[in-house]
Amino acid sequence: MNLSTNSVTVRFGAVAALQNVSFKVASGERRAVIGPNGAGKTTLFDVITGQRRPTSGRVLLDDADVTGFSVWRRARLGLARTFQRSTLFANLTVAENLAIAIRSRLKVGSRIWPSRVEREVGAEVSSRLEMAGLPALRHRLAWRLGHGERRIVEIELALARDPRLLLLDEPMAGLSGAEREAAVTRLRALPEAVTVILVEHDLDVVFAIAQRVSVLDHGVLIADGTPVEIRANRRVQEVYLGGVD
Amino acid sequence: MSRLRRFRPRRWLGQAAFLLFLLTVPAWAPNRFWINVASQALIFAIFAMSLDLLLGYAGMPSFGHAAFYAAGAYAGALWALHLSPDLLPLLSIGLIGGAFLALVGALALRARGIYFLMLTLAFAQVVWSVLSNNQLASVLGGDIGLIGVPRPVLPFAADVNLYRPANFYFLTLTVAAIVYIALAAVVASPFGHTLEGIRENEGRMESLGYPTYRYRLAAFIIAGALAGLAGMLGGSFNFSATPATAFWTTSGLAMIAVIMGGSRSLVGPAAGAIVVVLLQLGLSSLPARGLAERWQLLLGLVFIAVVLFLPGGLYGVLRRRAA
Amino acid sequence: MIFGLMDVLNLAHGSFYMLGAYVGLTVLGVTGNFWLALIAAPVALCVLGALIEVVFFRRIYREGHLMQVLLTFGFTLVFVDLIRWRFGPQTHSLPTPPGLEGAVHILGVTFASYKLFVILFASMVALVLLLAWRRSRVGAILRAGVADREMLGLLGIDLKRVFTGTFAFGAALAGLAGVVVGPYLGVYPGMDESILVLVLVVVVVGGLGSIEGAILGSLLIGLAYAIGPLVLGGFEAASIFAVMAIVLLVRPQGLLGRRQ
Repeated sequence: MNLSTNSVTVRFGAVAALQNVSFKVASGERRAVIGPNGAGKTTLFDVITGQRRPTSGRVLLDDADVTGFSVWRRARLGLARTFQRSTLFANLTVAENLAIAIRSRLKVGSRIWPSRVEREVGAEVSSRLEMAGLPALRHRLAWRLGHGERRIVEIELALARDPRLLLLDEPMAGLSGAEREAAVTRLRALPEAVTVILVEHDLDVVFAIAQRVSVLDHGVLIADGTPVEIRANRRVQEVYLGGVD
Repeated sequence: MSRLRRFRPRRWLGQAAFLLFLLTVPAWAPNRFWINVASQALIFAIFAMSLDLLLGYAGMPSFGHAAFYAAGAYAGALWALHLSPDLLPLLSIGLIGGAFLALVGALALRARGIYFLMLTLAFAQVVWSVLSNNQLASVLGGDIGLIGVPRPVLPFAADVNLYRPANFYFLTLTVAAIVYIALAAVVASPFGHTLEGIRENEGRMESLGYPTYRYRLAAFIIAGALAGLAGMLGGSFNFSATPATAFWTTSGLAMIAVIMGGSRSLVGPAAGAIVVVLLQLGLSSLPARGLAERWQLLLGLVFIAVVLFLPGGLYGVLRRRAA
Repeated sequence: MIFGLMDVLNLAHGSFYMLGAYVGLTVLGVTGNFWLALIAAPVALCVLGALIEVVFFRRIYREGHLMQVLLTFGFTLVFVDLIRWRFGPQTHSLPTPPGLEGAVHILGVTFASYKLFVILFASMVALVLLLAWRRSRVGAILRAGVADREMLGLLGIDLKRVFTGTFAFGAALAGLAGVVVGPYLGVYPGMDESILVLVLVVVVVGGLGSIEGAILGSLLIGLAYAIGPLVLGGFEAASIFAVMAIVLLVRPQGLLGRRQ
């Protein structure tokens, strides 16, 4: 799925969280969005997913204007997202969390008579837990999970939808070195057709996964290029990396 | 049943035993008064379970639920008084009355959380004021409501007298059991899990692709229909349908029954409902006259104690014991 | 205030109003002085409110709204029944203070003197509250708390004391209101129910956590209550709730609401 935003501006009163951001990501691309805190990265995600309506500008998914579409409609088109703060279903087990995501993809969320499908869902939950390395956590209530485990389940929830466009908001935050490596491997193993946009502070992760990098500062898109180009970009260094040589 | 929940034979046994116990009530109840109390408790249990679908599973506390009960009561009363006392049409009318009013009240679903709560309160009060309005008294009975409602007549056993407390009790027990089984199936189904997801984090559900409004609407209407069913039975039981049943405090009392019993299960609210009815009655018929008159005071103290010492509800306590 | 700042749904607030009226009744009966009663009620309720907050509410903040409903419902039952026990179910009348009986004529319209006093008194209280809310340090703290409670705690302000203070003050105001309306509405055990619903509607319409909202809401609802029946022919309750429903549907956070 390809994505483009056309001159998106988001204003909160006098503050402009995003200013005229025109952001294009090609189908199957792995893009990272970096920028200092408060640059508007999460707001950009919110606009893409539909959680925030832009003050002006348009959002296009696969060249279709979805600016007026609700959050769930965009999700149905193949959009999936993780959040900066884990948003799992606290009082449900990990298995139930995943099952909800899977059922949405299979469009069986409204069934009253479970039948065969539930068994399929159960089997898929098991296999996904295996792939993520968490089979022991199957019956653990989500609020009981450790921070790293939570982040991993958060990613798995998004992946369970087999998305065509995956938005990851600081997925590695708080993960240990080993967990990070595992997550990076998982992401790199995603099918080529899946477009991935990643907001990250950890530049090692960015360079490991991203094909292109966009830089936001104070709501403005100030640079766009390959990781190597960005690293060499003067302005980016000043703004983000603190002007270190 | 969903494979995601472990199969617990002990649970089934417990429920079957409880059902057997309920079946034998008329045999060992001291007198007709207590059989009637049991009927009342079961009707309130149906109401509480329907509220629990909304409150405990979908996460939508509502002060307007009693309005659906009243809708069922009035619809059933009007039907029985003017058309026919046949049971099956009456039960259907109770369901339809509740569901219909729920459709009307669905406007409230545009809001969430506390604002939804307040809108449902408003809705209940509007319904109450319409029902008790004396200008409409010729149809709805005004302040007093509709009286002289006949008991239903069974479809293939017209000679079974439902004016006898024991017979009416078995009717309510049958309906309660059916409602319980139906709700248990709904709650364990994918639909039920989806509702729980909405309760836990509606925003997340939306970003996972669920049109949450539709699910909330469905839950609202199902719960409303079942509340209407309870109302129809209640109207039959009391031979009357009164506006007071729609008042928001009735919903409040049901909410308390649900919370006390434990909102995350179905058994909890049913048990909570029975406890509340028994408490109200038990306290007001205490041998010590002085204490009996103060039943509301005692009931209030019980509620306060439950909050302070049993925040998970009775069900929470039992679950911990069993674990 | 209690709702907006502390996020507490206090269904017992109506019973504070009722208790205030009865405290006033008692004090008036003992001293014969209306003005003493007017002071005694808020003071008594302030103490009671603080006690309830410290002993009971502190434990259940994290349990959420439902537990608060249960707890405060319980309190309401307890208070109402205690009052009924001590004073009986009948309506008592609070005699109008001397000097405010009778009526005055202004511009050809007759007003009961006491009702005029109520309007003036309430306006004065509203003005004082508004000034305190907007100009004083305490008001600033409370406004900050409504906007972001966590932040307030992080700024080093003792949230516990703020909560207790807010709750106690809210209870005191409710008690004051109870005494003030005593002379023309009467004092009876069911007072709490009739006022609670109105108050909830006002708060929702005006917007949570906003004194201006509460004032605006009260005016709007009061007018609806008075004018509605004239238009709809007898459905007082319906007109109020119609206003509330319309406001909520158009502007879900209330007219001047701040919290989402």
